[in-house]
Amino acid sequence: MPSAEVTDGAGRPADITAVPVRRPGRWVVAAIVVVVAAALIRSAVTSPGFQWKVVGDYLFDTRVLEGLLVTIELTVIAMAIGIVLGVMLALMRLSPNPLVSSASWLYIWFFRGTPVLVQLLFWYSIAALYPKLALGIPFGPAFVHPDVNTLITAFRAAVLGLGLNEGAYMAEIVRAGMISVDEGQTDAAQSLGMTRIQTMRRVVLPQAMRVIIPPTGNETISMLKTTSLASVITVTELTYAVQLIYSVNFKPIPLLIVASIWYIVCTSVLYVGQYYLERYYGRGATRELVPTALQRWRAGLLSSRREWT
Amino acid sequence: MSVPMVSAEDVHKRFGRQEVLKGITLEVERGEVLCLLGPSGSGKSTFLRCINHLEKINAGRLSVDGELVGYRQAGAKLHELHESEIARKRAEIGMVFQLFNLFPHMTALENVTCAPIRVKGMPREQAGSRARELLDRVGLADKLDSYPAQLSGGQQQRVAIARALAMEPKLMLFDEPTSALDPELVGEVLQAMRQLARDGMTMIVVTHEMGFAREVADTVVFMDGGVVVESGRPSEVLERPRHERTRAFLSKVL
Repeated sequence: MPSAEVTDGAGRPADITAVPVRRPGRWVVAAIVVVVAAALIRSAVTSPGFQWKVVGDYLFDTRVLEGLLVTIELTVIAMAIGIVLGVMLALMRLSPNPLVSSASWLYIWFFRGTPVLVQLLFWYSIAALYPKLALGIPFGPAFVHPDVNTLITAFRAAVLGLGLNEGAYMAEIVRAGMISVDEGQTDAAQSLGMTRIQTMRRVVLPQAMRVIIPPTGNETISMLKTTSLASVITVTELTYAVQLIYSVNFKPIPLLIVASIWYIVCTSVLYVGQYYLERYYGRGATRELVPTALQRWRAGLLSSRREWT
Repeated sequence: MSVPMVSAEDVHKRFGRQEVLKGITLEVERGEVLCLLGPSGSGKSTFLRCINHLEKINAGRLSVDGELVGYRQAGAKLHELHESEIARKRAEIGMVFQLFNLFPHMTALENVTCAPIRVKGMPREQAGSRARELLDRVGLADKLDSYPAQLSGGQQQRVAIARALAMEPKLMLFDEPTSALDPELVGEVLQAMRQLARDGMTMIVVTHEMGFAREVADTVVFMDGGVVVESGRPSEVLERPRHERTRAFLSKVL
């Protein structure tokens, strides 16, 4: 029964206060969610298999933390290579020179077409293919002959494999971002006397960033976990570090939990970083500044409370 | 006798099979305001874009301030200009677009200072104070830090005019500058353009604003189907058109 005051003193109609529609379905679903969550938590806490004590013992173990550091290093370096390479490949792909754009296309085709794991194994055994490298003039004399076996350590092979592979994916992301920018922007920049490079750098790329950042965050999070593949080529990153420990103490479950906890901590940090990057590059796209994560969360809580009652 | 600011001789332009300009010949003197009228698809905008080499012409001669657009003549041969030379020449020609094309990630002030800083290498403070002056002149002194999305269409277009003027162009091209605006915002943009004309700027304006053409233009050119149908003083072309096609067009828009 809607309340029916029509006007307040000033002659302006009062805000509507109506009895909200009842939504029993929501309460039922919510109850199910709570029960299932409670059951999961209870099992996780009480089941002896989880061995939380062991998890606690190893969470800050030096070997685990060193592995974590290697994981972070791998992620950062491989993503850095991937992004730089991706921008270059994307620019090449949009180049008016057909040879240059085909080269970029071929690269992307090759690296997206083969599994990362295979690429990692390949780089790890590259010495079998090229035992000696020669740095010098092409088809001419060489000046240095580094030994490939000592040059390509397991870590460097992992960086190469992950970075070069990432470059192919980033190239497509960057290209998608650049073609999403309106052509009128290029017209305007060129009419002001900017060169192609200046137009890209000052006008197109900053706007493309809005489109590029979300999938790049996704790629970074994915990369953080893909680094675990480097364990197969004996890089002691987080996953291999815990494997080494449980191969001695035979407690795989708690140690895999230790690794998972650290992966989740790292991805959570990346979430926050991505949110603020998006906020920065979103400036000018909307009339108002996007709220910070905390502001948005609080606003969401308030509005959902309103909807629920 | 001084060289005309713009001189077009039998300019042709094709897009694939379709010929959009079929021999445009006209001259624009220094300080002259020329309005290009005509139905959509008549090639007005394309011709405008050819003048600063956003489009390449296929045949004919087109020169700005006595120099060919996009080429250098050596003897009987034409040499294509290098990209950086084309950019340098474009920097001397201002252009205002129908859809404003402001840079959305920059504030009004940054939009105006960007090109002087990056292209001319002007010191930041100097570019800033010039930009403030220009934005003040178009009535936007209080919108310096607003992003384009926070401005009305008329305000955006005035920022775009200030942005073009910041490069101190010798020629201004306007491509239907008021066509995307609400009727009540058209006036403020035309006012800024009128002021510019009074200050002696050479302007080529593609427009459907007959009132503006009549009042401000020195010459009116009516184009249709890629050719100039007729041109002359606004009083002649708009009041006593000689060609049937012009008469038919004017009767629809007036």
